[in-house]
Amino acid sequence: MTTAATAPRRPGDLAKWLFVAPAALYMLLFFGYPLVRNVVMSFQDYTFATYFTGEAPFNGLENWRAVLANELFGASLWHTLLFTVGSLAGQFGIGMALAVFFHRRFPLSGLMRSLLLLPWLIPMVVAGTVWRRILDQETGVLNEALQALRVTSAAVPWLSSPDVALLSVVLVNIWIGIPFNMVILYGGLQEIPAELREAAVLDGAGPLRNFFSVTLPLLRPVVTVVLVLGFMSTVKILDLILALTNGGPAHSTETLGTLTYQLSFLQLDFGQGAVVGNVLILVSMVFAVVYLRANRGGVAR
Amino acid sequence: MSASNTVPRAAPTAPAPRAPAAAPGPRRPRLTRRARGDAASVVFGVLVLAVLLFPLYWMVNTALQPGAAMADLRWFPRTLDLGNFRRAWESQAGNLLTSVVVALGAVAVCLAVAAPAAYALARFRLRGADTVVFATLITQMVPGIVVANALYNAYVELGLVNSYLGLILADASLGIPFAIVLLRAFMVSIPEEVLEAATLDGGGRLRVLVSVVLPMSRNALITSGLFAFLFAWSDFLFALTLNTTDAVKPVTLGIYEYIGAHVGDWGAVMAVAALSSVPAAVLLVVAQRYVAAGISGGSIK
Repeated sequence: MTTAATAPRRPGDLAKWLFVAPAALYMLLFFGYPLVRNVVMSFQDYTFATYFTGEAPFNGLENWRAVLANELFGASLWHTLLFTVGSLAGQFGIGMALAVFFHRRFPLSGLMRSLLLLPWLIPMVVAGTVWRRILDQETGVLNEALQALRVTSAAVPWLSSPDVALLSVVLVNIWIGIPFNMVILYGGLQEIPAELREAAVLDGAGPLRNFFSVTLPLLRPVVTVVLVLGFMSTVKILDLILALTNGGPAHSTETLGTLTYQLSFLQLDFGQGAVVGNVLILVSMVFAVVYLRANRGGVAR
Repeated sequence: MSASNTVPRAAPTAPAPRAPAAAPGPRRPRLTRRARGDAASVVFGVLVLAVLLFPLYWMVNTALQPGAAMADLRWFPRTLDLGNFRRAWESQAGNLLTSVVVALGAVAVCLAVAAPAAYALARFRLRGADTVVFATLITQMVPGIVVANALYNAYVELGLVNSYLGLILADASLGIPFAIVLLRAFMVSIPEEVLEAATLDGGGRLRVLVSVVLPMSRNALITSGLFAFLFAWSDFLFALTLNTTDAVKPVTLGIYEYIGAHVGDWGAVMAVAALSSVPAAVLLVVAQRYVAAGISGGSIK
């Protein structure tokens, strides 16, 4: 079929592209168009009146100036980076440890691996809600347990203190992301030929040495993909933060995502929201470059 | 992809052929050592599970205990009290139904758009196919809030705000890139002869897709459908931003408003949370192997 189809007849090609057209159109409308429109919007003046007149006049760099002068912007950018890096470090470290642990199969290990996926599968808003209950300063079970075990003497203000809230949000997000990291790294481990590790053992390598000088180098493409995918999905997280803290207390958990939401949908200044959104994309793009480089290696495999 | 697809299925049988091969020396001590290692692993695995799944246990535990006084919440429910679930159901049944309708709609749109595209990209040798696949991967980089920012304004102009259609179309976009990548990876592996035979029988391309390729791709279709459902079910951002009235309110939005309004009634909030987690749990039970395969197959092609 393909041999006949490869003959470059234009009409045939057109018919074939019709199969792709709906998907291509969809992605243009729901991913391409928003990207372009956000850039345009960031130079437009959106006000309440816009919704009656339908007019948003261009105002040059006004929105950009306003956002850069907004002290919340710098703070949000910083929180976003802390949140992302902290989440990734925790998710990846624990995910890797669990992947290695489950790599040696034992009774019930398959079932256990499946059950561990649950935190990742439930809606993020649900996860946020449940943790909000657990982390409650007065009546939350975590403080209750910590105090009963004498780990802390006073109740920790997990979500109510500006000093601790961001850390709490990171911890919850680590909890959510562990399964994803574990599953992909586990899959990567499965594809490493056992002979290589057995050979290293015969050469007298201990388990740690074996992991760092045999397993990890072979796992590198998978590790890169996990980290970059993790970065791209973590940097834009919004649901979890809205459900846990709403960006508070005192804006201590405000990120680029929540700031965009606030500016656009609460203050109805879509122009300024678009500016922050563009910065968020810019941050992602830097890492997309890393992703592409890594993926080129992955495809070659 | 194909390797990770077989991993869960192979799990029960894999250790069997391995054990004898790995036991060249005196048989009995090795076996017992292995058994002891297994026991330690099981114990450790159960501990990991207990820690990581505790929040979900706590959600169910809170939901099953009566009373507003959270201070005297027990670690185990003594009797099953369904009062919280009753109150949760009374206020959220409509929203749960909305979520089901929206998620099913999103699955239908997603598969209808993604399947033909995946088929064409896998089999037609189109010039530029790589670019489309590449663009599909890149969409993962676009933050939802950026999409929402532009989409809301487009929806206002099109009259799609507060409509089922609008939310279904937006939610379907969450699953389409994933479905294309996953289905394409599967369809590449369908033997050429099968398609040739179908074409010789006089089937056109669309006919071959519908009567040969799709039935053969059943597992991949189920996997991408399940994930499309879960993505749409978990969506909070589009529900929050593309709706300004209560006309279309999925349960994720319901919970979010519920935490704001009913902080005193945590029992009912946790019951709603538990109900919203049901699809994830069902997914794990019904389609365990598809889930693990989907997570790794969708991210590393």
